[in-house]
Amino acid sequence: MSAMNRKLIQTLVETISKQVEHFNKTEIECLIREFNVLVGESSIPGRAAHGLDRGRFRSILHNIFGMTDDMIMDGVCRMDGMSVLLRGTLDEKIKYCFHVFDLNGDNYISREEMFHLLKNSLIRQPTDEDPDEGIKDLVEITLKKMDHDHDGRLSFADFERAVKEENLLLEAFGNCLPDTTSIERFEQHVFREQPDQ
Amino acid sequence: MGVSLTRAAQWTPASSGTGKLESTPMNESLLKEILRFVEQFGSQHPQEAEHVFEEPLRWSTTLEASDFKTDYDISDADVQSHEKDSEGRPLLQLSPPTVYVRSFSQLSKLVHLADDKNLEEVRACLEENRDPVVKILGPSFAVILENEGANTDVLSLVGKVKEQGEDMEVKVKLFLLLQNMDNQLLSKCLKEISERVRLDPTAVKTEVELLKRFCSEGEKRLLKLVRYTSDYEFSNGCHAPPWRQARGEICYLVIEPCDTETLYITCSTAGVFLNGGEEEESGYERTSDTYKDLVTLLKSRSPHFAENANKQDFAAQELPSTQKIQHVESVDAEEQGQPQRSYEQQEKNVHEKARQQHTPNKAGGEKKYEPCPRWKNLGIMTLISHHYSKAEEKKPAKSSGEEKSGLNALLSAFCLCSKTPAGAAPVDAFSESSSESEEEEEQPERRPESNTDLPSEYWQIQKLVKYLKGGDQTATVLTLCAMMDFNLMQETCQLAIRDVGGLEVLINLLDTDEVKCKIGSLKILRKISHNVQIRRAIVDMGGLQSIVKILDSPVKDLKALAAETVANVARFRRARRTVRQYGGIKKLVKLLHCVPNLASLTANQAKDVEVARCGALALWSCSKSTKNKGAIRKAGGVPLLGRLLKSPHENMLIPVVGTLQECASEESYRIAIQNEGMIKDLVKNLSSDNDELQMHCASAIFKCAQDKQTRDLVREYKGLQPLVSLLSKANNKQLLAAATGAIWKCSISMENVAKFQEYKALETLVRLLTNQPEEVLVNVVGALGEFAQIPANKATIRKCGGIKSLVDLLTGTNQALLVNVTKAVGAFSLSSRLDGVRLVWSLLKNPSADVQSSAAWALCPCIQNAKDAGEMVRSLVGGLELIVNLLKSTNNEVLASICAAIAKIAKDKENLAVLTDHGVVPLLAKLTNTTDDRLRRHLAEAIGHCCIWGSNRASFGDAGAVAPLVRYLKSKDKAVHQSTAMALYQLSKDPNNCITMHGKGVVKPLIHIMGSDDETLQEAAAGCVRNIRLLALANRKAQLFY
Repeated sequence: MSAMNRKLIQTLVETISKQVEHFNKTEIECLIREFNVLVGESSIPGRAAHGLDRGRFRSILHNIFGMTDDMIMDGVCRMDGMSVLLRGTLDEKIKYCFHVFDLNGDNYISREEMFHLLKNSLIRQPTDEDPDEGIKDLVEITLKKMDHDHDGRLSFADFERAVKEENLLLEAFGNCLPDTTSIERFEQHVFREQPDQ
Repeated sequence: MGVSLTRAAQWTPASSGTGKLESTPMNESLLKEILRFVEQFGSQHPQEAEHVFEEPLRWSTTLEASDFKTDYDISDADVQSHEKDSEGRPLLQLSPPTVYVRSFSQLSKLVHLADDKNLEEVRACLEENRDPVVKILGPSFAVILENEGANTDVLSLVGKVKEQGEDMEVKVKLFLLLQNMDNQLLSKCLKEISERVRLDPTAVKTEVELLKRFCSEGEKRLLKLVRYTSDYEFSNGCHAPPWRQARGEICYLVIEPCDTETLYITCSTAGVFLNGGEEEESGYERTSDTYKDLVTLLKSRSPHFAENANKQDFAAQELPSTQKIQHVESVDAEEQGQPQRSYEQQEKNVHEKARQQHTPNKAGGEKKYEPCPRWKNLGIMTLISHHYSKAEEKKPAKSSGEEKSGLNALLSAFCLCSKTPAGAAPVDAFSESSSESEEEEEQPERRPESNTDLPSEYWQIQKLVKYLKGGDQTATVLTLCAMMDFNLMQETCQLAIRDVGGLEVLINLLDTDEVKCKIGSLKILRKISHNVQIRRAIVDMGGLQSIVKILDSPVKDLKALAAETVANVARFRRARRTVRQYGGIKKLVKLLHCVPNLASLTANQAKDVEVARCGALALWSCSKSTKNKGAIRKAGGVPLLGRLLKSPHENMLIPVVGTLQECASEESYRIAIQNEGMIKDLVKNLSSDNDELQMHCASAIFKCAQDKQTRDLVREYKGLQPLVSLLSKANNKQLLAAATGAIWKCSISMENVAKFQEYKALETLVRLLTNQPEEVLVNVVGALGEFAQIPANKATIRKCGGIKSLVDLLTGTNQALLVNVTKAVGAFSLSSRLDGVRLVWSLLKNPSADVQSSAAWALCPCIQNAKDAGEMVRSLVGGLELIVNLLKSTNNEVLASICAAIAKIAKDKENLAVLTDHGVVPLLAKLTNTTDDRLRRHLAEAIGHCCIWGSNRASFGDAGAVAPLVRYLKSKDKAVHQSTAMALYQLSKDPNNCITMHGKGVVKPLIHIMGSDDETLQEAAAGCVRNIRLLALANRKAQLFY
């Protein structure tokens, strides 16, 4: 890697470290390097932060985080997305998850959205008359538990309160965060094994 | 043949010499068997068939001369065979109506000739030859057999026989054939028994119980409902009204299978069949075929039942047959009044049930085929059980239907119990005793009679469990969260989760890789595991193994939850053992690694501390088993606990101190606790505000303070004052017991007593002598006993009225308490209170050796200090005899104390005379060979004092007590020397004793003792030597002058 390149990375690290609090500079540098490796475009300086195409990124998320397709959002393309995924506090994660689940972006998770998110979560038994009945019921149970203001939909406040009460509800409608072992593996891979050049 | 004929065949009561075989089906088949044997004998064993009987078999036959054909000499009515024996007698001779037969070949020919009357022939033959084997083989052979005993070892028999000539060899072969036949007959009989028996009320009841179990096992559920139409049970075990009982009907059942319509079933002695339902009119009509039992009926009616019954619940019955035999034998033993304590309670219940079934059977008037009691003595029970277990292995699914006779019911009851996991390991070989007093009893399950009045939670939980089973991880987590919203501490919810099969699902989740599912599952499990039955169910399902596996997960939340669940589940022995066996102790100890006492913890460290706390909780539960204590120590848990002990948090300290005090019952722990400097922390926590923590600290000190260094440490760290101040918490009895215990043990050191005096502990303790539970009293009295070693304290106790309370306590029954009370009373010499002495004396009758010895010790000062001790002792009727009899005890401590008491009593001449009359001298002499120095000392003292009366000196000499006493002088114990020297001095007043002593070389050690500082010792030794010397001089003189 050329000296030129290194300089560019340094400046990038400086700017990013001002925005993102969970990583120190070396870690940011490592992440950028990893990113460059992944994108395979390290020779073109300056485009690193934007050069990752969707397909590639998706496969990375698949491989490293074991995420499913519908969970991948645009937002994570930025470094602070990475920060939430790897080092996020509970509040950050709640915010992030809520946005993931809020499919239409109206700042509420509605019954329909829940239904959509959960529709594949129960095994259909051939004996059931209405295959969707179980899921509807599950949605009702969830609403009863999480909808504190009883308006039939989850606002951010509802969601936040429910998750604070019971952390397990953070990813209530689907897996959208890497689990601890994946995080560890990833961090090890990026921060420690990166050869110093 | 002998055994089966004498035991198995049913004879009519024989008033005259010959009984008749009853014409029962069993005898019928026996006869047929014997007939076939005889028929084939000629062709199958030609050599043996030719053997001539010692005595002919003789019976009155119905055969006539005309029946005989060739090979026979027929003259008029008489018939003789051509074949003759060595002495020329025909092997078959008929002189109507009597026939004589001398060999098996002739027998089998005769049987062939008799044709259709052959059965009668065999019957007549057997009836008139009650002991055919003796006749065939001769009385000499029978004698050999008798000498060999019942378990004839064939090889040794053959060896013996060989010495007696060739002829015998055939006899032996014949004998073996007959014996073989005998065995076949017996097993045939047994098969007969098992096939012929019909249904009876107890068998039906057992089966109904069995089916009821299948109604409520969640996923394994085979039936919805099993119930009697009427719950009223007549005394004979039937539920049917008497006028239907007359038709052999036992009861009516309503069974709802899972897949078909409700079945209305009649159970009758002839079998089970469907009836017309609950309508009045047609209700009793039979509407189906008759089946031999309920299971068969259900299988034919409900495919679901048939399918699942085979694979699930009956499968467990295919156990190795040896185990069943064990069970049978254990019943046998129990019937003879030896309860098998080692079985788990659950199993015992089954024993009970089985016995209940057994008894009405015996009492009932119905005809039954039970083996006669003699069979048991023959060890045929084992045979039977072999037979049954074989039958059951062949057709396990049907086995429960075969329970028809009482015996069979018994056996299948054991099959049932072996299905429960408790039964799978019938004998609990693990000895885990110690502090398991809080061990929870296995409680009989309370189940709702039917599921009509189930709470709404039940259905909601059932629905959730359905989603749990069929959901992916997202749905699972949502469902688990919803489930947490129920009140999981409520029993209905706990049992509902189990009954709808939720427990299995929760446990299965633990084996997945989904952290969130595991967390959710554990969050529920840790709550519902507060329930005893759930705990057992978790262990039974193997859930504890999965939980233990999670203990070393990298996720801290998981570890903490798992440890907390272990803490709840491991409340009973089997669970604790499981934790240990799956390496749980090591993992739990590992959880204790954390940095507990930083003032400000990061979130991460706080989690570590929480994990450690849960680990300590789990260890606390586990530490109630002795083996686990050892495992904790080996895993390096003690220093870690020591570190956690410095934690400032009460919720951490309680489990840590709890574990420590539990473990402090082991000496290795006490040493470790001392060495790790934990006493300081324990003392510090005595001053906490938390009663529970204080209690555990006090009880840890109680256990550790047996060691002197620990006692000193407690004082050094100023632990005595907080202990005394704990005495004011009179409402918390557990705390009070622990605090008084600690005070008792600490007061063994006199320095501590002095400190306690400063804090006015004594007055408080005396006040605690009344209206306290026994565990407090034991400790209080123990402490008073120690305090009373200082004279000033005695006065205080007297002044506070402690004596009266103590004497009152003498009437108790708690042995630990009595030991302590007698010790305390002993310190006071109750001479002023005759009633006290009387009570203490009567404690000598207590069966506990500890109580006996402490009572005897307490008596010593009483007798010594009483003004008119002789009169006082005499006033206790039978007291002296009691004392002398206790010299027959085997406990050295008792013996020593009694010897000490005798020494005191013997100071009064009259009493000594009574003692002598009761034979005290030979009893004391018998004890002289002991090596126990404590006993030696008091024994020698007693002997010394007993010498004073009459001819006792000579009697001791005659009883051989002198020589052993001389050996006592070699002991290292000064006190032994002193009392021995006194005794020898007394004994030496008898010339013969002097000779013995001298012969044993007493002079040298005595001279040595004369150089002692102790004046009495000097005097006694010198006196003894003087006596010996005087005798020698007298002898000399006698020789010189006469």
